Amino acid sequence: MALIEFTKRGIYCKQGDFYVDPWWPVDYAVTTHGHSDHVRFGNKYYLCHTLTKPIIKRRISEDLNVETLNYGESIVRNGVNISFYPAGHIIGSAQVRLEYKGEVCVISGDYKTEDDGISDVFEPVKCHSFVSESTFGLPVYKWQKQEVVFNGIKSWVNDNIQQQKTSVLIAYSLGKAQRLIKNLAGDVPIYVHNSIANLNEVIIDAGVNLPETIRITPETTKDELQKGIVIVPPAMRDSRWIKNLSHPVTGICSGWMQVRAHRRWQSADAGFALSDHADWTGLMDAITATGAEKVYVTHGFTAAFSRFLNDEGIESEEVMTKFGQEDDEENKVDLADAENHHVETENKKSE
Amino acid sequence: MKRFAKLIQQLELSNKTNDKIAALVDYFNHADDQDKIWVIALFTGKKPKRPIKSALLKYWAIDITQTPEWLFSESYSNVGDLSETIALLLPPAENTSDFSLHKWIEDLHDLEGKDDETKKVFILNAWNHLETQERFIFNKLISGNFRIGVSNKMLVNALAKQSSLDSAQIMHSIMGKWNPYEITFHELINGTHVNTDNSWPYPFCLAYALEQEPEKLVDLSEWQAEWKWDGIRGQIVKRNGELFIWSRGEELVTDQFPELHFLIDVLPDGVVLDGEILALQDKQVLSFSTLQQRLNRKTINKKQLDDAPIGFFVYDILEYETNDFREHPLSERRAILEQLFENLDESAVILSPVINCKNWEELATLRQTSRSINSEGIMLKKLSSHYHSGRKRGDWWKWKINPYTVDAVMIYAQKGSGRRANFFTDYTFAVRDGENLVTIAKAYSGLTDKEIKEVNSFVTRNAIEKFGPVRTVKPELVFEIAFEGIAESKRHKAGLALRFPRILRWRKDKKAAEINTLEDLRQLLESTFING
Repeated sequence: MALIEFTKRGIYCKQGDFYVDPWWPVDYAVTTHGHSDHVRFGNKYYLCHTLTKPIIKRRISEDLNVETLNYGESIVRNGVNISFYPAGHIIGSAQVRLEYKGEVCVISGDYKTEDDGISDVFEPVKCHSFVSESTFGLPVYKWQKQEVVFNGIKSWVNDNIQQQKTSVLIAYSLGKAQRLIKNLAGDVPIYVHNSIANLNEVIIDAGVNLPETIRITPETTKDELQKGIVIVPPAMRDSRWIKNLSHPVTGICSGWMQVRAHRRWQSADAGFALSDHADWTGLMDAITATGAEKVYVTHGFTAAFSRFLNDEGIESEEVMTKFGQEDDEENKVDLADAENHHVETENKKSE
Repeated sequence: MKRFAKLIQQLELSNKTNDKIAALVDYFNHADDQDKIWVIALFTGKKPKRPIKSALLKYWAIDITQTPEWLFSESYSNVGDLSETIALLLPPAENTSDFSLHKWIEDLHDLEGKDDETKKVFILNAWNHLETQERFIFNKLISGNFRIGVSNKMLVNALAKQSSLDSAQIMHSIMGKWNPYEITFHELINGTHVNTDNSWPYPFCLAYALEQEPEKLVDLSEWQAEWKWDGIRGQIVKRNGELFIWSRGEELVTDQFPELHFLIDVLPDGVVLDGEILALQDKQVLSFSTLQQRLNRKTINKKQLDDAPIGFFVYDILEYETNDFREHPLSERRAILEQLFENLDESAVILSPVINCKNWEELATLRQTSRSINSEGIMLKKLSSHYHSGRKRGDWWKWKINPYTVDAVMIYAQKGSGRRANFFTDYTFAVRDGENLVTIAKAYSGLTDKEIKEVNSFVTRNAIEKFGPVRTVKPELVFEIAFEGIAESKRHKAGLALRFPRILRWRKDKKAAEINTLEDLRQLLESTFING
């Protein structure tokens, strides 16, 4: 009997009686990572990685009942052994390994195979069945090494500073923002929006080594910002606040920026193809490394990717989930961000 | 090639004309002269001959990447461009190259007539020496057009800025006949291959819309009334045995309209005519949508010539016997025109008729019939008027007929630009089609600032979905949309397109259930089709 089934509440393990990343409230939710399409309010118990706990408590509610595991640790629930392995997607992101009577299933959540310098590096886990995302499951999506992309961003920032323009990077406040901070820190001061600064505090308190950044306050001057790098969440994109900066230019960091049509559609001043999802090569490498006999393909180019796997002799099936809804969390407006944004505009009004 | 790749990237990233011109000026300031020639050639549609079919490029890419053909197609439909799909699919290049743009073009040219195997070896080797963006451009050089929103006018403005030469002169130079393999950049922009003295046009005289009752203009006998035609304004210049056609946008469009080339043998030298380029059949004016099939094309084929024949309705004469006649009164200029056209019986070039009416009422009644002859109303020009440069109040008036209108509901909103950048000011409207709503028009203007703020707050509160800068909103706000014409369109889901739609007023008194239907518009289309 299979270890998991795909139900209307989410991925369900019948033997263990728990869900993984459910989208409707359940008793016991094993959580791969802290993005809002993978963890929701209303579950009785949560099981997540140690680093994810303070993140979801901050983002959802302090009152959550949360159990934690470190990578490599395991607990047993109704005879099913549950353990976590790094997924490399964002800080605290985990692949969930389930084992029951010798049968092994891995639910990878969102993942990437490249070392981003801040998340624990993806670790392939041998299994019989594997649940994989396919956000960028087409062979045109092959990332350059992040070093190359970051050099591109740095030279863009330097050009902007020289031309008296203010560099504004749009980045999802959990994950992409910290990755940018970690890899861009150095010569130029980094200014971050409230919602990012709040999360940074939580992450630093949890023991992650994150370079210093400056929280943007009403006292921060336009001149200071012009000489630095400004990082704001997607909800701020069209805001009056950005338009009022000194010659603002916006840069979007997302895997979609690989393609001209997407770059143009976004109407940003610059697009950098930097993703927290595996590219085509990453997906194929990860899947091959698991040695899985059966691969369930979730959110993304599910049809094409699973057809390709089947043609390659890896049995595969598309499954419908509510992950990666809208387009991709890289571009999605996060509710937490939107609320902060709201508070901030209120503050502005009272000035 | 790297410098050109950077230019393309800059041009693609901005939607602002000023940014694009700045990027072009920067390029022309620094690039290799031989490369510049090719950039001008490529942007004005002087494509080098294709040495290789695009299908071959695709098969070679599939071959070396071992991609199944169906997966290539999936990728292509996500990327939307063949050259780019190939560029992205290929493995990273193992080498780099510093070849200039013109060197690549010349090497490609040399492939002409070689066998496929030789071509394949060359292409594969090139791919292995170019970065992704360069590869994309390289593929484009072989297989396609650069659609990056650089008009001839924009290119010319950038060249004028960079060289401090006159833009009309540069326009003539680059639109003239030249061979990129032979000419130098200096010769090209200075126009040594053409005689720019022969081509220069005059600024167009423009009219204001008549906002008062025409009776206020008092004596009809002091005015010349003509039909206001719905085409594109043009100027025909014939000097020293050469013929040039300029559009209102100051672009040379001579090659686009071969139907008018016979004028080179008919018109005397030293003549400049003002008039309207129209779709024309048996001396009858066809609808603007027919003319549209002929606009902004770099090449014209026989089918387009047959389907949408064009002609020229002459309004005015600005130069005669090499003399500038613009300071002569209209009555005198008209007399010269009539004399000039007395013996000319051509179906493609017609003197736009003067309307003779006894009084204003008679003219007003006649004006109501404008649409039946695809005219958009009446022009009133003072008989004593000079041919002014640009727009001047008082001597020329356009007295247009009232537009068509439709009640539609707003379904998408997008933020504006410039002063209105913080507000949702660009709206998409739909009419009812059975149970569904179908998009019929996008409109930007026509509301007061106060109304814009009101709509803005509605959009913020009632946004259903967000796609980048666009919001889907609850279909609730009804607007009366005015438009000038209606035509069949395969590109629009509704199967029809409105010409020059704009918001006439916000119908707060109407509910979304009361808007017009697609059927209403189809009926209108059919009734105009018979006339058109």
